[in-house]
Amino acid sequence: MELIASLAIGVLAGSGVWLLLRARTFQVIVGLALLSYAVNLFIFSTGGLRSGAAAILRAGESGSLANYADPLPQALVLTAIVIGFATTALLLVVLLAARGLTGSDHVDGRERDR
Amino acid sequence: MTAWTDHLLMAPIVVPMLAGAIMILIGDRRRNLIGLIGLASTVTLVLLAGLLLTMADEPVVRIYRLGNWPTLFGIVLVLDGLTALMLALAAVLGFAAFVFSLGRWQRAGAFFHPLFQFQLMGLNGAFLTGDLFNLFVFFEVMLAASYGMALHGSGVARVRAGLHYITVNLVASLLFLIGVSVVYGITGTLNMADLAFRMRDIVAEDRGLLETGLAIMGIAFLIKAAMWPLGFWLPPTYAAATTPAAAILSILSKVGIYAVLRVWLLLFGGETGPSVGFGSHWLVVGGLLTIAFGSIAVLATQNLPRLAGASVLISSGTLLAAIGAGQVAVTGGALFYMASSVLAIGAFFLLIELVERGREVGADVLAVTRAAFGSGEDEEELEEQEIVGVVIPGTLAILGFAFMACALLLAGLPPLSGFLAKFAILSAVMGPTGTGLRLTAWGLMAALILSGFATVIAMVRSGIDVFWTNPARRPPRIGVVEILPIAFLLLICIGLTVGAEPTMDYMQAAAQQLHAPTAYLRGVFAGRPDAAP
Repeated sequence: MELIASLAIGVLAGSGVWLLLRARTFQVIVGLALLSYAVNLFIFSTGGLRSGAAAILRAGESGSLANYADPLPQALVLTAIVIGFATTALLLVVLLAARGLTGSDHVDGRERDR
Repeated sequence: MTAWTDHLLMAPIVVPMLAGAIMILIGDRRRNLIGLIGLASTVTLVLLAGLLLTMADEPVVRIYRLGNWPTLFGIVLVLDGLTALMLALAAVLGFAAFVFSLGRWQRAGAFFHPLFQFQLMGLNGAFLTGDLFNLFVFFEVMLAASYGMALHGSGVARVRAGLHYITVNLVASLLFLIGVSVVYGITGTLNMADLAFRMRDIVAEDRGLLETGLAIMGIAFLIKAAMWPLGFWLPPTYAAATTPAAAILSILSKVGIYAVLRVWLLLFGGETGPSVGFGSHWLVVGGLLTIAFGSIAVLATQNLPRLAGASVLISSGTLLAAIGAGQVAVTGGALFYMASSVLAIGAFFLLIELVERGREVGADVLAVTRAAFGSGEDEEELEEQEIVGVVIPGTLAILGFAFMACALLLAGLPPLSGFLAKFAILSAVMGPTGTGLRLTAWGLMAALILSGFATVIAMVRSGIDVFWTNPARRPPRIGVVEILPIAFLLLICIGLTVGAEPTMDYMQAAAQQLHAPTAYLRGVFAGRPDAAP
């Protein structure tokens, strides 16, 4: 499971970085989205990858992380998803404004002179 | 043990949040009411900051547990010398920028005032919080508001610069998250004090990974602080932003500096095992390179807003290099420098707009080009737009004096506080107690003096051009509410100069707390949660 998870994170992050460095605003925003998925998965995986762990402690068990899934990374990732979603939406609006004002979808607002 | 004064720690976050929320509910139409609420909020923040400064001026570190949960489970707010100083700077700058915006900028777009309040809330929260994840959350609150502020007034230049600004900061936030999760994965805590406590007992094979995580987080901070290869977004964004927005944005880069000061000194400063001093060379070298880049930018720039942006770079570089030197006395001087430069740059951003108001569009660029290539073109007559405001006699003289004060402060020349701050840094670096590398000391000295020299040249050149060689044909019309905030900021700088000794004592005490964080740790861990609510 570690291998699949790390491959997924790696592929997402790699594609995200590649798209982020492109010149078109839409590619940049898709790249940012992919990168934030990679980061969210990464945060999630810091709690340890286990299947079938209890969400909360059952009666009579000791309070050790061996008995239940670590809730904190889940809380963190939830916050990170919400914030990432909101800021990406804002960037999308700015992207549209830039497209309308400059008439170009280049990140600098104008095509590079050839 | 909870006195009513302990609840004051929460107030710098709650007051602007409530003010902003109420403003949104009222709607954007009723300007006078909204202005009144904003005024009440910013004045309250200034008074609160004053109160918190006096509370922090003692060796005890105060904490506030949200919901009265035990320290390691709940969220804590921490007040020490550095926090109180940053809160005060943000409050003073916020008040000045707010009053300035009443002149005319609030009408340039929708929801200026609510965004402004949320900006202050994010700033104050970032300064107060005691754990890493809330630092991230407040960074985002602050940034989300700053995106709106940077775009306020719209227009091609702002949207273009804003697009870059938002993208760079989103990437920085992702790096921050990676760092935070690595730290949590290894140490199992996000509370900064607890983290400092656990740094000693990290096993050797995990230490490299932890340092990597913290370094990634550090990159996020340094992007905010605009260290050299990471700071190219700063001058265009600040130059394009509307004046009050630029003034309040200028403290945003200091949040990055604050985070470096807090986290780096806490985790790598004191007795925290084998990691002590991790990355200090990067800070020094990066800081020096930032100063060099900023100085070149100051000399090369052709208009005043970009000049101010380049000054922000110089001040960031100076602070980073001074922090990297890792000595208590140098850090104390750096804090003094931070106070002085934040106020001076804020005042300068506000002043620029008033100076430019009476002049033709693009006059700066023309002046430099004319000086270089000789003039030959007819000047166009541009109709000045009608501006609401009271005419002050001798406006230009006042503006000139303010400009001169800003130049002295930014360049660090006597007699104002910029000089004292630089002197404090240099005398500590070169002093007999200095145990750091000689090379660092000499490099810092050369960089500070040369950057000051570059600033003098650039400011004198612009000053001569603006006030002497081609002054505005008629003095610009300037409202009282627009000149008062500048005077307010500059008077505080003069106050810092006159009261340099108590100020310096305070800064040294704050630096002492940062370098020997036992008081911080004891403060955060002290006492059980209160039995009675």
